[in-house]
Amino acid sequence: MTEGGVSQPLVSGKALVKRFGDFEAVRGIDIEVNQGEAFGFLGPNGAGKSSTMRMIACVSPRSDGDLRVLGMDPDIDGPRIRARIGVCPQQDNLDTELTVRENLQVYGRFFGLSRAQVREKAVELMEFAQLSDRANAEVESLSGGMKRRLTIARSLVNDPELLLLDEPTTGLDPQARHLLWDRLFRLKQRGVTLIITTHYMDEAEQLCDRLVVMDGGRIVAEGSPSALISRYSSREVLELRFAPGEQAGHEAKVEGLAERVEVLPDRLLLYTANGEAALEQVTARGVRPVSSLVRRSTLEDVFLRLTGRTLVD
Amino acid sequence: MSTVVQQRSTGRVLGLWRTAWLVVEAHWMWYRRHWHSNLFSSGLHPLLFLAAMGLGFGSQVRPSAATGGVDYLNFVAPSLLLLGVVFTAVSESSYPVLSGFKWQQHYIAMIATPMRPGCIVLGLVQWMSLRLLLAGAVYTVIATFFGAWLNAGAIFVMFVGVLTGLACATPVMALASVTYDEGNRFTLIMRLVVIPMTLFAGTFFPVDSIPLGVRWLTWISPLWHGTELARGVTLGGLDVLPFLGHLAYLLALLLTGGALATRGFARRLVN
Repeated sequence: MTEGGVSQPLVSGKALVKRFGDFEAVRGIDIEVNQGEAFGFLGPNGAGKSSTMRMIACVSPRSDGDLRVLGMDPDIDGPRIRARIGVCPQQDNLDTELTVRENLQVYGRFFGLSRAQVREKAVELMEFAQLSDRANAEVESLSGGMKRRLTIARSLVNDPELLLLDEPTTGLDPQARHLLWDRLFRLKQRGVTLIITTHYMDEAEQLCDRLVVMDGGRIVAEGSPSALISRYSSREVLELRFAPGEQAGHEAKVEGLAERVEVLPDRLLLYTANGEAALEQVTARGVRPVSSLVRRSTLEDVFLRLTGRTLVD
Repeated sequence: MSTVVQQRSTGRVLGLWRTAWLVVEAHWMWYRRHWHSNLFSSGLHPLLFLAAMGLGFGSQVRPSAATGGVDYLNFVAPSLLLLGVVFTAVSESSYPVLSGFKWQQHYIAMIATPMRPGCIVLGLVQWMSLRLLLAGAVYTVIATFFGAWLNAGAIFVMFVGVLTGLACATPVMALASVTYDEGNRFTLIMRLVVIPMTLFAGTFFPVDSIPLGVRWLTWISPLWHGTELARGVTLGGLDVLPFLGHLAYLLALLLTGGALATRGFARRLVN
């Protein structure tokens, strides 16, 4: 993609809109994803992340605005773009009656690869996905984490220049998630450009160099995870947990102890540079929470600040 | 700093027919491990009919003008082949196609590749043709040992079977592409369209004995057009014009269904 030493963005969208009938799923967003970057869409369900991903994947014509993927227009060059990108959908759509190896080979053929190429590629990808010992097992028999790894492996069969991952670890147990993150991290190191949607802030922090926070079809903030945290949140957060319903009564008592206080159903969040110091002062004022916790700020806090809501309900 | 130079993607766009053939290849990958159960239901099922109707029931029927002057076995052999392929064609185009959108989501996986909706439909039609041809061939060969064929026209009947099957399959595929519920309508189609069709299409007895008031059911039925073609060749007595007419009807149904299916696939997969 580098021409004359100047690298053009792999994806560039301007005032991008997606409407389904009267419903506007994406309401005029600007995005730019550069080569080698891991770019994230963070937001709750229904924020417009998947609709945006489908437009980039050339399976959903935009309703308005402009979009270029690999320098081409998806409306005109859909198949040509799709030939060079990889898509890992939110829901695994592997052929469960074929084996692990067969899934990779069949899919590779769809990208115009020769039989010899797909045979070789399948072996390499099974290695990558740590599924070599299950090569001849039908997909039906795999665990959720294995299926997910196979779906990701399958999306790499054409050596994509851009990989789209829609909610890559939703529904997986912690161990399976970490294994998957490790694989995605390796891809990043190999220079594959990643676009990831997630509603998990830890996932976004782990994987994304830069992300946009989406809410209600709009981009509400943009930056690296650390920049977003320092811009929209404090360094530390003091969580004070109370019996449900009692937290609001304590709000007045902690006033002035933090830059900002959020009231959640069962706790107060105090945003402050020094959580321990704030906790001492809280105790000094006679507030007795059921439990307390000092932690670093996360993207969850950024999201709460920007939208007034939590990411995962 | 990383010095890894990213390799350009190896993916490329192939032409319509080559891409469609990859759909056949994908189905073959599955079929070669599951062929026994499939071939049994699609190829051997009509043979049971042939044994029961052609040999069993047929032993009670005297050759007459109604059977074109031949044994009942020879009379029903071609029409039972068509009956078998039509059942296979309709059932393979209903739930399995819906599953490609809804449950297994094969088509959603395919559309993420350079494949286009039209390629998928064309590939499905090609695959269906091969399966129907195979089922027809198994039937034809075994029916030969029953003495069910009078001449080599049996080979032509296999191809009429493919055409008739496809003429029923593509409209059902089109319907599957616009089905969003659990697909209960396919059960209704089987019960209220396909099974009655076998009774009014001259499969078991000549349509001359059907009252004129309901004869139109015969005329719109693709199975009847196929049966006329198949019998016309094996038993003789079909003029060129009707021959071409039946052929044209089946082709028109196949192409209309194919066009509707392509539109349905495109709308469902790219939206």
